[in-house]
Amino acid sequence: MANIRNQDSWVHSGEPEQATRKAMDLVRMAVSKVGLLNPLPEIVVGVQQSALVIGGGPSGMTTALELADHGFPVHLVERSNLLGGQARFLYNTWKGEPIGPALQEMDARVRSHPLITLHMESTVTDAEGFVGNFKSTIQSPRGPQAVDHGVTVIATGGKGYTPTEYGYGTADRVYTSIEFDKLTMMGDRRINDAKTFVFIQCVGSRELGRMYCSRVCCTHSVQAAVQLKEQDPTREIFILYRDLRTYGEREELFKKAREKGVVFINYELHGKPRVTQLDPRQLEVVVWDHILHEPLRIVADAVVLATAIVPSSANADLARIYKLSTDADGFLLEAHAKLRPVDFAGDGLFMAGLAHYPKSVDEAVAQAKAAAGRAITVLSSDRIGLESTKATPVLANCDGCALCLDVCPYHAISLVEEATAEGSRSSHIQVNVAQCKGCGMCQATCPKDGVYVAGFSMEQITAQVKAALAL
Amino acid sequence: MSYEPKIIGFTCNWCTYAAADLAGIWRMQYPSNIRLIRVMCSGMVHPRMVTEAFSLGADGVMVMG
Repeated sequence: MANIRNQDSWVHSGEPEQATRKAMDLVRMAVSKVGLLNPLPEIVVGVQQSALVIGGGPSGMTTALELADHGFPVHLVERSNLLGGQARFLYNTWKGEPIGPALQEMDARVRSHPLITLHMESTVTDAEGFVGNFKSTIQSPRGPQAVDHGVTVIATGGKGYTPTEYGYGTADRVYTSIEFDKLTMMGDRRINDAKTFVFIQCVGSRELGRMYCSRVCCTHSVQAAVQLKEQDPTREIFILYRDLRTYGEREELFKKAREKGVVFINYELHGKPRVTQLDPRQLEVVVWDHILHEPLRIVADAVVLATAIVPSSANADLARIYKLSTDADGFLLEAHAKLRPVDFAGDGLFMAGLAHYPKSVDEAVAQAKAAAGRAITVLSSDRIGLESTKATPVLANCDGCALCLDVCPYHAISLVEEATAEGSRSSHIQVNVAQCKGCGMCQATCPKDGVYVAGFSMEQITAQVKAALAL
Repeated sequence: MSYEPKIIGFTCNWCTYAAADLAGIWRMQYPSNIRLIRVMCSGMVHPRMVTEAFSLGADGVMVMG
């Protein structure tokens, strides 16, 4: 392919003449390579028609149930001794549907499904293989167990950031959103009897170290404010925000909150609100009011911190084990945000839920169903075609020196010995095409041109270099 | 005319080549005198490819991965 859009016109938009000259070079380079291409044989391997799902929250459970309902056996691995993940701490969805009962139903279905094998208090410690043919080691309290599976779905979730700011942990009546939900669910008097509430948004999000938006916190605070107002319209509720993001239909909640008299005050990163304890029952919150242009002092009965969502610590280990990409914050990275949103770059590996980025429980469930759908495209057939970009031995040049065996990261090359016509023995390499990823370390190592990667031979690359430098 | 070096860049299919695409999406700007060649891994670039590029007239070779 001559990449004249992303790698040319978009990056040299200020110098159109040079960009056109580069485009001509890129096309010439591509054409010179195409002339040397050969048809590549299709490589087909068998598929183990079962799945491994890592993470027993709503995302993992949904994926497992979808796959099992389609008739595919599933191994579901959960690190803790409970299913449900972070959703166990959640109260309602943004539409007001209670999460607890839905989670219990999911839990019961997972435990009773004949095709789901549950591995509780277990982690995946090792894996090998490729799409259709993975072999993972699950470490449980009873010891390690190796399972064969055709696809892997990572749904390891996330967790709430534990704040150190705004008096959290030292002042009384400062809660995280999750703690606020729990107290509300239990009918705690510290919430029930409170009259003035201050919600502080973006706690731990969108600042140095965690530049991302945690997506769910605006909606949660606005929804909680509406509920508090509905219970007692005389309550005073302040939401201190940086940018309010009640996206999509959640905007209705924001409108409702405005109608009910919830006060929204904008603050900037350089002038964060200050929280001080007045007495065990009251807190003082001082925030710079951007309309009055002076500090506003609020005496509050409760301060609720809309804390960030951070990725699971398991992501780093799994990224190493399955060779997955993560972003700078430790969230899993999809192959393409628009075209392959639940796939990893590696085939047969999919993701769902908070492990990917902060999202609401309904979005996590939708993504889990998408991951199951993508996984089924692999599992629904007992055979699958692989990329044809593979290392190809040139037997005329290979003298079996075996230098390439040591550099191959996938252990795809082995040495075979054969008797020659003269009666002596000669050896040469052979490539396991299912294991070979076409990286070409062998090609760069071989001193005798005894192996090349189909589609990237020395001759083809040299042709490109020549074409690039021809004019 | 001022001297304009010709640079050959070998880019890994999985990281640098994808990053170069991303640079386009973000509309980042860089000098137009580099010609990128996609390889399956920077480890695939034989030393001979680098010396060959120089002997064919490249002023600089970048191997990125």
